[in-house]
Amino acid sequence: MTYFPEEVVEHIFDFLGSHRDRNTVSTVCKAWYQVERLSRQNVFVGNCYAIRPERVMARFPRMKSLSVKGKPHFADFNLVPYDWGGYALPWIEAAARSCAGLEELRLKRMVVTDDGLELLARSFPNFKSLVLVSCDGFSTDGLAAIATYCRGLRELDLQENEVDDHGRQWLNCFPDSCTSLISLNFACLKGEVNTGSLERLVARSPNLRSLKLNRAISVESLNKILARAPHLVDLGTGSFTVDHRAEAYHRLMNSFPKCKSLRSLSGFWDASPRCLKALYPVCINLTVLNLSYAPAIPGDDLIKLICHCFKLQKLWVLDCIGDKGLAVVASTCKELQELRVFPSDIYGAGNTSVTEEGLVAVSSGCPKLNSVLYFCYQMTNSALIAVAKNCPHFIRFRLCILDPGKPDPLTNLPLDEGFGAIVRSCKNLRRLSLSGLLTDQVFLYIGMHAKCLEMLSIAFAGNSDKGMIYVLDGCKNLRKLEIRDCPFGDGALLKDVAKYETMRSLWMSSCEVTLGGCKALAAKMPRLNVEIINESDDFEESKENLVDVHKVEKIYVYRSVAGPRNDAPEFVWTL
Amino acid sequence: MEDLTSREDACPQLLDLIPNERYWLMVQDAGGGRGSRGIGRLDASEEKKLELRLGLPGEVEEERKPSVLSLGFFSKTPKTTSINPCHGAKRGVFEEVESNSEGSQQQQEEGGFFQLQSRAVSEKKWSLKTYQQQSLEREEAHVAPGNPTGPSTNSQTRTTSLPVVGWPPIRSFRKNLASSSVKQSVEHENGNIEAKAKAENNNKGWLVKINMDGIPIGRKVDLKACDSYEKLSLAVQDLFLGLLEAQKDTCASAPRKDEEAKQAFTGLLDGSGEYTLVYEDNEGDRMLVGDVPWEMFLSTVKRLRVLKSSDLSALRLGAVCRKRAATDC
Repeated sequence: MTYFPEEVVEHIFDFLGSHRDRNTVSTVCKAWYQVERLSRQNVFVGNCYAIRPERVMARFPRMKSLSVKGKPHFADFNLVPYDWGGYALPWIEAAARSCAGLEELRLKRMVVTDDGLELLARSFPNFKSLVLVSCDGFSTDGLAAIATYCRGLRELDLQENEVDDHGRQWLNCFPDSCTSLISLNFACLKGEVNTGSLERLVARSPNLRSLKLNRAISVESLNKILARAPHLVDLGTGSFTVDHRAEAYHRLMNSFPKCKSLRSLSGFWDASPRCLKALYPVCINLTVLNLSYAPAIPGDDLIKLICHCFKLQKLWVLDCIGDKGLAVVASTCKELQELRVFPSDIYGAGNTSVTEEGLVAVSSGCPKLNSVLYFCYQMTNSALIAVAKNCPHFIRFRLCILDPGKPDPLTNLPLDEGFGAIVRSCKNLRRLSLSGLLTDQVFLYIGMHAKCLEMLSIAFAGNSDKGMIYVLDGCKNLRKLEIRDCPFGDGALLKDVAKYETMRSLWMSSCEVTLGGCKALAAKMPRLNVEIINESDDFEESKENLVDVHKVEKIYVYRSVAGPRNDAPEFVWTL
Repeated sequence: MEDLTSREDACPQLLDLIPNERYWLMVQDAGGGRGSRGIGRLDASEEKKLELRLGLPGEVEEERKPSVLSLGFFSKTPKTTSINPCHGAKRGVFEEVESNSEGSQQQQEEGGFFQLQSRAVSEKKWSLKTYQQQSLEREEAHVAPGNPTGPSTNSQTRTTSLPVVGWPPIRSFRKNLASSSVKQSVEHENGNIEAKAKAENNNKGWLVKINMDGIPIGRKVDLKACDSYEKLSLAVQDLFLGLLEAQKDTCASAPRKDEEAKQAFTGLLDGSGEYTLVYEDNEGDRMLVGDVPWEMFLSTVKRLRVLKSSDLSALRLGAVCRKRAATDC
């Protein structure tokens, strides 16, 4: 029962930013549900198979922005077979039928096709923004369609997609009348583009603030582009290497000082230390710096750059930076919130890598640090305890020790205590990835303390079902749990089956779960899709021969109101 | 059940981490911890083997398959691994482990090396365990007490890369980053792997040693300054012209000397001249300069040499030609 007229309720709902809050108010009563659904403009679907597209469109007819996610996270690491699913077309088709006012589409880990892109381009006259993250299945032809038909396009942001290269003409397809671009990111494209077209496009886009070029763009082109777009705030360079005696080099040195608005830099493929000098004039204003594609920059040159970046908030680097470089980060970047250190040479001897010292230094020097992704070859409990003490505000803590199951080298003990300290100290921790030698004890700690935890990634850890049970039991806000190569079996899987309906998804691969366990789960919980992914060639025959005690290689369990999906490939068996 | 066949042993410091001198082929503990590990039974040569290998002490060489480190563990005492009959479990390195271990429980009890899991999961042999054990063993063997840091200790142990599917958890395009831009060749020389890689990638200039027959002093040529074989040939001439002149007959007049000397450097690349330019590649082989595309040459050349064409013996040439043929296909 509402005491206010609907318009007022709607107005109040406008202040609710997050979709979670809106989801909550819509469950209060029927009236509020109606008001909310008719006024919701931004719709987020965390799992494309949790609900049918048509239902979403029907519920939110005034939808302007749609975000959909497809494949499970471990698809990023090739653990999910190529054609597992996550197709965007049904969503585009449903939207085309029912929500012609769509302005923005954001897809992550989905299979998008050229047909889908063309349908998208033709169906929504007000379409403004397309963001594709970690998607695949399309080519530059699809991009050509977007460029051609989306009048008034403001944003085309392609992040880390696998795009087939069918030529460079797609960029030419932006009509001369297209002057509305604010953001263009084609960094992930492998092929060349027509640089003349690009320069002209940039020249006629006065609102362009974010431009991320791909590796095929040379420094010569970059110079010309920067000359046309001095108001850029966010730049992704192309190939950042040129002979220091060439004229292009000198132009490069002079290009950046003019870009007074530049706050964010990325790209730097093939970057050479000499070329990096071009950035010195803009360092002091940078808030975001991504050097993680530049393996040829040694630590000392990185240091020369970073020691000027006082305002840096987000830094992505390779481990060539070394502990020494991280110490410089710690003493310079007092505003740092997010740090990612990627491995530069995963097959190597770790000579160029960072150790626990670097992480401790940054945790000590950067009081605002709240998000870390750190690849290293070793970690100690004492370091983790120190980090936990220094940074109680972590929201995301992802540590990857490159040797699976590696203990603390000082003590030879598992890293249970170290991670335990992290979860105890960081009360707002939402995302955690574990690595190193870990027993059930660490999961006890996680279950006890990580009350805000939403996403947990586990690999090569634990001793028994107890580990997983601690987590499922204790982490009340858990939404995504992904596990690989751990000794968790049916006992853990079936301990609390209702829990999975409170979560988005569960992934388990190379664990001890059996077919019988999966069947039991599916039988008890009809509103869960229990998918078994089996990639062996003789799956079909072996299906008959499968006995319940057989272990399943990969399972993906997710709540859904859509029932079993109808686009599952042969190797996916929904129980 | 413990193996009580340990004997007193004067263990070298490395292994004194563990006070109980028990045979380290030990067995599980009930608790979640690792249980105690034994060391014992290692004389100097066996210990040496342990240092360098990742298998059990006293393990036979042949049984170790470099690509599957964990296999080394199983050569003596095949473990039971839960075999997944329903599919050829694609676990990368673990696949071989499973296929090899028809193992019986008894053998495991007999001499399985230390287990890390509790009895609750006693029957399963986890590929995970092999990693944990492996890394623990490595740590024991290689970490001297009181040596806290140093990825270098670990680097010694990482003799081969572990091709676990989906590990480390980074996107594929990041995995190829180093190799695609740095063109790393296998480095035999230690130290300065970084420097070499840098040098190969930089536009700063790349100096490669070059020697010439008959001239005791070697030079260095900047390969990046030459963008083609022709330029390289000219650069070689520049470097050695003066030195060659100095060696020749001093009676001749200056201009004539010049001419003659220059003459020496024609036909460096095609075998027609007095001298021929060859190089040593990253595999240590001697190659004729000019066969492969310039970029490819840059990525494999390690040093250069100017040989007297007459010295290119049939044998050497044969070897060069064979290698050429090999690289052609």
